[in-house]
Amino acid sequence: MSAIFDVAGVTKSFGGLTVNRDVSMRFAAGDRVALIGPNGAGKTTFVNLVTGQLVPDAGRIVLAGDDITRLDTVARVTRGLVRTFQVTRLFADMTPADHVVMTILRRMGNATRILARFGGDSAANDEAYEILDALGLGDAMRRKVGEIAYGQQRLVELAIALAHRPKVLLLDEPAAGVASSDVPRIERALERLPPTLAVLMIDHDMDLVMRFAKRVAVLVAGELVFDGAPADVARDAKVREAYLGSYGHASRDA
Amino acid sequence: MTMRHPPLSDAALGIWPAYRRDVYGILVVFAASIAGYFMFPDSLALLTRIVSIALLVLSLDLVVGFCGVATLGHAALYGIGAYAAGIVCLRAGITDPFLLVTIGAGAGAGAGLVMGAVLLRTHGLPQLVLSIAFVQLVQEGANKASAYTGGSDGLAGMMPAPIFGMFAFDLWGRSAYLFAIFLLVVVLAILAVVARSPFAMLCRGAKEDPVRVEALGVSIRPVLLRMYAISGAIAGVGGALGMLATQVVGLDGVSFELSANSLVMLALGGVGSLYGALGGTVAFMMVEHMVAAINPFHWMTVIGGLMIGVVLVAPRGLAGGLDDLQRRMFGRNSETRR
Ligand SMILES: Nc1ncnc2c1ncn2[C@@H]1O[C@H](COP(=O)(O)OP(=O)(O)O)[C@@H](O)[C@H]1O
Ligand SMILES: [Mg+2]
Repeated sequence: MSAIFDVAGVTKSFGGLTVNRDVSMRFAAGDRVALIGPNGAGKTTFVNLVTGQLVPDAGRIVLAGDDITRLDTVARVTRGLVRTFQVTRLFADMTPADHVVMTILRRMGNATRILARFGGDSAANDEAYEILDALGLGDAMRRKVGEIAYGQQRLVELAIALAHRPKVLLLDEPAAGVASSDVPRIERALERLPPTLAVLMIDHDMDLVMRFAKRVAVLVAGELVFDGAPADVARDAKVREAYLGSYGHASRDA
Repeated sequence: MTMRHPPLSDAALGIWPAYRRDVYGILVVFAASIAGYFMFPDSLALLTRIVSIALLVLSLDLVVGFCGVATLGHAALYGIGAYAAGIVCLRAGITDPFLLVTIGAGAGAGAGLVMGAVLLRTHGLPQLVLSIAFVQLVQEGANKASAYTGGSDGLAGMMPAPIFGMFAFDLWGRSAYLFAIFLLVVVLAILAVVARSPFAMLCRGAKEDPVRVEALGVSIRPVLLRMYAISGAIAGVGGALGMLATQVVGLDGVSFELSANSLVMLALGGVGSLYGALGGTVAFMMVEHMVAAINPFHWMTVIGGLMIGVVLVAPRGLAGGLDDLQRRMFGRNSETRR
């Protein structure tokens, strides 16, 4: 199967600390990959590197056949490489509907118009409503983001990501900070992601990971020590030694 | 339009629901300005100056309130608009007031682009320092280029033509004030449209979290630069109006002091609210005028006290304070939008 997204040999050091060492991953359309690893392993850094928030020291990133290694974040997003943030980054004074409409307008090329009324595009409004309603945000979508529950804010992050209609979606701990009673809502949203979309999800919740992923990758201290079937991950000697052996003690956050 | 769901916002309901509050707001400003004409016929020069400075403060609000730029040099754009209109009036024989205001707007917009290009390289304290350096440089430039600007004596002797060839800029300042009201209303109408555009939403977003805006797929710099140009145009209109009304342009129009005062007026009225910017200017300049008449040396003390009071009682400025008061009196308003 040809790769829609190909990350080859990405390396990044902060000072003396190498946070990603020669990390390579390939994704085909429709992939569901989970990236796991202890806190501080470099998972978020990997997302920052491939989305252009950080510049890698070495490595090559190819999206849909194009080398995007030197492109900035904006150019990567417009080409269909979209991420969510581990800690929600939303505009507190705006509503979920505002966020999603803004994203749709961006996709349509109308986000920077001055002589237009924000919220006056009924096609964008209809689409935003559908996305938010499907995520169960029907009641929250007209309230300010700063006033809704954190679990709902996580869903808004997902709604924005969907509004981009991405080719590749990178989810950085979509369930982090969500009350366990709300996790099923996130999980249902993940199940409904478009089937052709390639998805990488970072998470610590092994139950969630095992239900979601068709493939699991394990990052330990900046190195990818495993990339294969979920059934094999627990049997892999390197993973056991480096990671699962201490899994029972690993904390859930960050 | 196929709406199978409740509207997402007032703006989704149509043009009138979206701009209704702006229309009311502009009507109130218009009525109050006209009332000023009849109530203070002897103070029209002061009222015109208030409008001129209000345009500067509105323009400042666009970069501070909407984009989060830290600047203590915004009067540079106001002064450049005033000088451009004044020089053209004196040297090129262009005397039509509308044309002169347009020239002031153009010069302000150009200067805004340059200033934006400089200031948007950094943010926070370095940005503030750069803005002060910028206005000082412009002022020094105006001082040195005395062949064009009259140096420290300033520019004088401009003879703008009567408005529509009928209403001369006379000694009583009636034409000037009515012209000022006209400009204010036009600028407020333009800003109402700008403030409710997708573009303004992006500016607000960039102010809060630039990383998030880029992750939405929008480059921030071109957006903020455009806002700087719009802001410069409005400051330039204010400067040109000041030139037309007083027929003098001086170095104080491009000063750090005017820049700092305009920021105080904005903070007083409420950052991010266009009507707050207006209210802050009126309050500041009225107090300045009244206290300066009683005790010319201590009016700044009174302004200082007023500022401290506002910060303690209503940290979001007069506009924010009124907002809170309304909420306390009438309960939470159900609308989610600003
Ligand atoms: N901008 C940065 N500067 C310096 N060190 C960083 C930076 N970002 C992350 N790190 C360090 O890199 C390591 C990996 O962090 P991160 O990628 O956030 O891990 P994870 O997401 O796997 O928990 C940590 O030790 C962290 O302190
Ligand atoms: Mg992380």
